[in-house]
Amino acid sequence: MADRVLAIMEQRDGALRKVSYEVIAAARLLGDVDALVLCEGAVEGTGDLRAVGAARVLSAAHPDFRLYNPDGFAATIGELASGYSAVVFAGTATGRDLAPRVAARLKVSCATDVIELGRDGAAVTATRPVYAGKVLQKIRLTGTPAVASIRPNTFPADKPAEPGPPGEVESVTVPAFATRVTVKEIKAAATATLDVTEAPIVVSGGRGLKEPANFKLLEDLAAALGTAAVGASRAVVDAGWRDHGAQVGQTGKTVSPGLYFAIGISGAIQHLAGMRTAKVIVAINRDKDAPIFKVADYGIVGDLFEILPRLTDEIKRVRAGQ
Amino acid sequence: MKIAVCLKRVPDTTAKITIGPDRKSITDTGLKFVPNPYDEFALEAALALKEKSGGGETVVYSVGTDASAETLRTALAMGIDRAVLLQAPGGADGLAIAQALAAELGAGAFDLLLFGKMAVDDHNHAVGPMTAELLAIPCITSVAKMTIENGAVEAEREIEGGIEVVTCSLPAVITCEKGLNNPRLPSLKGIMAAKKKPLETKPAALGAPTLEIVSLELPPERQPGRIVGEGADAVPALVQLLRTEAKVL
Repeated sequence: MADRVLAIMEQRDGALRKVSYEVIAAARLLGDVDALVLCEGAVEGTGDLRAVGAARVLSAAHPDFRLYNPDGFAATIGELASGYSAVVFAGTATGRDLAPRVAARLKVSCATDVIELGRDGAAVTATRPVYAGKVLQKIRLTGTPAVASIRPNTFPADKPAEPGPPGEVESVTVPAFATRVTVKEIKAAATATLDVTEAPIVVSGGRGLKEPANFKLLEDLAAALGTAAVGASRAVVDAGWRDHGAQVGQTGKTVSPGLYFAIGISGAIQHLAGMRTAKVIVAINRDKDAPIFKVADYGIVGDLFEILPRLTDEIKRVRAGQ
Repeated sequence: MKIAVCLKRVPDTTAKITIGPDRKSITDTGLKFVPNPYDEFALEAALALKEKSGGGETVVYSVGTDASAETLRTALAMGIDRAVLLQAPGGADGLAIAQALAAELGAGAFDLLLFGKMAVDDHNHAVGPMTAELLAIPCITSVAKMTIENGAVEAEREIEGGIEVVTCSLPAVITCEKGLNNPRLPSLKGIMAAKKKPLETKPAALGAPTLEIVSLELPPERQPGRIVGEGADAVPALVQLLRTEAKVL
């Protein structure tokens, strides 16, 4: 079988999500990529997918595909997948829900949240963090097709600088399916719209912030940095200061941003497990012996209530000058 | 309602993990094991639903080695009625485990099958939705809020930048996220009662493997960083380094 790979695009509100480009980049490591968009109607950016490496662009349109439709998506992908050696998903809330459903239909296991993809002969190999990143597990997928989801922010993607001419998009048929699960609506999240797993910069706070209202200091810093999300340690989530969706660490989320700020976080082993794959780590803590300084690239020892306002101002100043 | 909960025995989240001499498994010696934290939300949900309805049965299942019996006893001590251990060596193959569970649970006439959203050891997020697909019943994953009325589930699951409101009818598989509830601790009375509750043991009908572990490795150590300075006066130097050295601003 030729190494044809099916890359599952993710869209919301008629626009492709950034992680979709990362899925194409990852899928290209395994062979020639067909990008599949599941949608209700036209999706912005679909025509550009060939410019970022898709050999073909496929569109599966259905009136019930405005929002995520687990049964319809799984049926469509399950039927298409038999012609491919691998199917690659985004390791997002949707992809982590969908990939195992498709895999079960195809009678194969799936590799969740992979950070490396390759081949060993015909088999697909993957590396994935387990035990919340304390260990890297290397696996071989011996079923066909191989099914994997990729961790966001891990596979560098090309995104077209400007939209190219609309490329050819082929329609694929959505098979008949029984709707067992219905997504009724998407409500706005109580907190910020940028998720810690997808943000290029994460600003996390811990018990050193002393009280929930002081997270305003982190929100100000995140706003000054531009596209940044506010995260939290388990201690403050368990104390009810922040929503659990913001928790970074073993019973929360594992993040790999380009820049991670750990502020007032001592660096318990379960927190380090959730953020150690960040590219650059900055720690601010008043205890110079805090374990967080052992993994941080840059640290400042001192009172965060003095340091943070100054840092926010300095970043505003620098960014204004760019 | 008849409710099944699937439970996995995992290393304590605060434990240091050591890779074994085969480089494919971890060293168990001296390691503390606990019920998977996300499965505890499933156990609590099952117990609360039974209390609310005032009837029905709760059954806990685990696929694992004989050591998992101790984990099942913890669930019984929390209040689950009976336990079934499906014996199998440890494994990371989500489909093989889902096949064993589907074979067992399919015959159980359950209204609700509860799982944790993932196990904190192998992070597959897979066994719950795979079991649902194999049983051809609905599944909602990573549920942080749920109401069940008149044979239907309405659930909320967090997605990036929003919350999905999802519905399905029973019987269904629900995988549980942190925030769903606060799991109870076993009481002394519960621990005593658990010793007399039924715990059935039988071999798991694992499916054929389609995934093999090649090796386990420790992640590369991060290069030691440096303390830029003390107090707010160190801020300009930090920002300068982030711009010119790390090139992330």
